[in-house]
Amino acid sequence: MVTTLDKVDVVTVGVGWTGGIIAAECAKEGLKVVGLERGRERSTQDFSMVHDEYRYAIRYELMQDLSKETVTFRNNRKQRALPMRQMGSFLLGEGLGGSGTHWNGQNWRFLPYDFQIKSMTEEKYGKNKLSADYTLQDWGITYDELEPYFDRFEKTAGISGEATNPFWGQRSAEYPTPPMKKTPILQRFETASKNLGYSPFMLPSANLSETYKNPDGKTINACQYCGFCERFGCEYGAKSSPEITVVPTALETGNFEIKFNANAVEILKEGDKVTGVKYVDTVTFEEFIQPAEVVVLTSYMMNNAKLLMVSKIGEQYDPETGRGTLGKNYAYQILPGASGFFDEQMNVFMGAGALGMTVDDFNGDNFDHNDLDFIHGASLSITQTGLRPILTNPIPPDTPSWGADFKKASIHNYTRTLSVGGQGASMPHKENYMSLDGTYKDIYGVPLLQLTYNFTDQDRALHAYLTEKAAGIMQEMGAKTVVGGNPISDYDIVPYQTTHNTGGTMMGSSRDDSVVNNYLQHWDAENLFVVGAGNFAHNGGYNPTGTVGALAYRCAEGIIKYSKDGGTLV
Amino acid sequence: MAKKEKNFSRRDFLKTSGIATGALIGGGLIGGLIGSNVSGNSGAGTASPAPGTANQGQMSVRGLQFFKNDVEFQVLSQAAERIFPEDDLGPGAIGLGVPYFIDQQLAGAYGENSKEYMQGPFFEGESTQGYQSRLKRNEMFRQGLILMQTEAQRRFNKDFVELDGGQMDEILTAFQEDELEMKGVSSLFFFRLFRMAVLEGAYADPIYGGNQNMDGWRMKGFPGHQASYINQIESEEFAEIEPKSIGNMNH
Ligand SMILES: Cc1cc2nc3c(=O)[nH]c(=O)nc-3n(C[C@H](O)[C@H](O)[C@H](O)COP(=O)(O)OP(=O)(O)OC[C@H]3O[C@@H](n4cnc5c(N)ncnc54)[C@H](O)[C@@H]3O)c2cc1C
Ligand code: SF4
Repeated sequence: MVTTLDKVDVVTVGVGWTGGIIAAECAKEGLKVVGLERGRERSTQDFSMVHDEYRYAIRYELMQDLSKETVTFRNNRKQRALPMRQMGSFLLGEGLGGSGTHWNGQNWRFLPYDFQIKSMTEEKYGKNKLSADYTLQDWGITYDELEPYFDRFEKTAGISGEATNPFWGQRSAEYPTPPMKKTPILQRFETASKNLGYSPFMLPSANLSETYKNPDGKTINACQYCGFCERFGCEYGAKSSPEITVVPTALETGNFEIKFNANAVEILKEGDKVTGVKYVDTVTFEEFIQPAEVVVLTSYMMNNAKLLMVSKIGEQYDPETGRGTLGKNYAYQILPGASGFFDEQMNVFMGAGALGMTVDDFNGDNFDHNDLDFIHGASLSITQTGLRPILTNPIPPDTPSWGADFKKASIHNYTRTLSVGGQGASMPHKENYMSLDGTYKDIYGVPLLQLTYNFTDQDRALHAYLTEKAAGIMQEMGAKTVVGGNPISDYDIVPYQTTHNTGGTMMGSSRDDSVVNNYLQHWDAENLFVVGAGNFAHNGGYNPTGTVGALAYRCAEGIIKYSKDGGTLV
Repeated sequence: MAKKEKNFSRRDFLKTSGIATGALIGGGLIGGLIGSNVSGNSGAGTASPAPGTANQGQMSVRGLQFFKNDVEFQVLSQAAERIFPEDDLGPGAIGLGVPYFIDQQLAGAYGENSKEYMQGPFFEGESTQGYQSRLKRNEMFRQGLILMQTEAQRRFNKDFVELDGGQMDEILTAFQEDELEMKGVSSLFFFRLFRMAVLEGAYADPIYGGNQNMDGWRMKGFPGHQASYINQIESEEFAEIEPKSIGNMNH
């Protein structure tokens, strides 16, 4: 028996950054909002024992329980897709705050170029810069249109930074808090990259440099540089996360309720509108229907796409014919970089998730690509995130990976190794997409999401070029030995890379080439909104969340507009 | 009695394999020799150590939770020691309690794959697709350790624990090079799992039973759980800080 609950104005699926922002903005406007969150409630108090690499970073305490649900993966259509049985390449979130609880806090705005990448590339390099296999497109929104929403997100999160990067789009305001401390390791990078003629700046950080009160009246504390940030919750409430900012803001209105252990399994649709969400109580396995005037998918880009596919809303992308938009333009990221081995010991174990310096000289179209066989690039950063001993065993080339020599080398080099890493943009390709798996199901009986993905020639060329640039900086930093990353071949789902997955529910200016319009409103159902990095038409050279946060504010504005006037917003 | 024999045989193999007995029996002793002053420091700031602190760990009884057969545990111990051997820097896997750490992990969620997707059907995949075995980790470990013993007999007519270091390495290398047949998992996959588990045991917080006396951290210069570095992070000096376990926390 399915129990049907009382209708509300807005229901969100998932309560991470996107769900939290939608909830806060709509609840402040007086809309009744319910958030369905498959995971548990949690707060800063739950993180007092969090300085535990084994439990949190290795055994993934805060991440999705894959025994219940995972994705399947293959490199190409000829392979049989198989489940990602153990977490690896990316770490999916679960529980209040989603991945916004255990993220690093490196907070970026995508470049103006990103939003108009297709037209700007054609204008500058002609129509044939990339082959037609790359399904590049503009986002249906410009940087300038999105700027106010970027500003909102940065003020909500209290981002610490300095606006000195010459390659950025116009900003309407300074960062709300000053940059983090420039440590000796960062200074080394700064000097070296300046010597090479680049423009280094402090990485914009959601680990706050000082105590800050946001416009909603929420206080975020000052970072202690404790070094347990990435993959951990912050025990000091010093890393901006949904559960210390937007979630309490929403709850205080009295208009927001969160249902925990509520796993959404289907979006219900009648005619050209959605009517609500069906979910399963993960404890009792009872089924419920939460009817709502507006449904918002805020369940991370993978679940957003999966729920649309399961509910048969929109047209599934088919790589054979090129038809359909749902699942199209899935993109990941590539990670060029170089490590350097030094003689002196450095305090690599101190740090914070977003403590770093960056150069953007080789990101976006900030450099000339005329003689290069790729477009876009990567931000190159040094980060001092707090290296922990299980996962950090740097050894020079030709050192065995175990035994006496390994032990000596890995111990010696732990405090003597630095890395410059790039977050490489990834261009969409017709063979890279998401669909539903025909074999494997989650424990609720719903098919798993299937990922078909491989690196492309564009990725490989970009990786090689940027690796050399990273090695150049490392050389200039005075490393005794510099080791550049190996060339990439096939994408491998085993080692952790980034949780920066994009595409599948693209935004755009026409229903022919996108899933949602630029208010993130579904083309096929005016009261359905879908928000997350799935809206990105390609992946840029930065972490996604700053842009995701901006889109969530844009989406909230759309929902509020829709609730008053109805209809299609564009 | 069976129990007594077990202890004897353990001491025997320690003698033959040239590992200082102290390393196994009192990881803390060896640690005390190489690291900073153990008894003086590791409980610093805590009036009376809370249950589960490193100090208490050393004094408490050690026992097996997953392995039933001492031979397998001994193979595990020796193989782990080859991956992460004792040297002039400090203790190896045995001295750090890694075999006990692994035993405990295999008995729990890690060994039982309780957070992994274990529904069928199972197919051998490409290496880029990762874990595709129907075996749980603890089943892989048992099979792998038994195979180490069989290989020792086949190649050298000896028990694994009687081999010299070079011979043990030869067998481990055969695993790593994927030359050995295992059921339901490749020997390379098992080897990687094993190597990683050893490193986890060497460097995880001592609350998990490895990294005895925090000597893994001490060797590496990692201070473990520290509340804050805000006052040191701008310093050019390398900070030598006495490590702290979350078991020593006085929150
Ligand atoms: C280790 C790590 C480090 C990161 N570091 C950075 C960084 O430095 N900078 C950056 O920009 N980004 C970073 N990210 C990425 C960032 O965390 C995400 O971009 C961001 O959290 C996405 O927000 P979201 O709201 O879309 O999804 P999430 O935060 O993942 O929230 C989705 C929520 O939906 C819930 N949910 C999913 N499916 C269902 C369902 N069927 N029913 C009910 N609920 C459901 C989930 O439990 C989850 O709570 C990092 C991610 C990880 C894992
Ligand atoms: S480094 Fe800073 S923001 Fe990160 S967990 Fe520690 S105190 Fe919190």
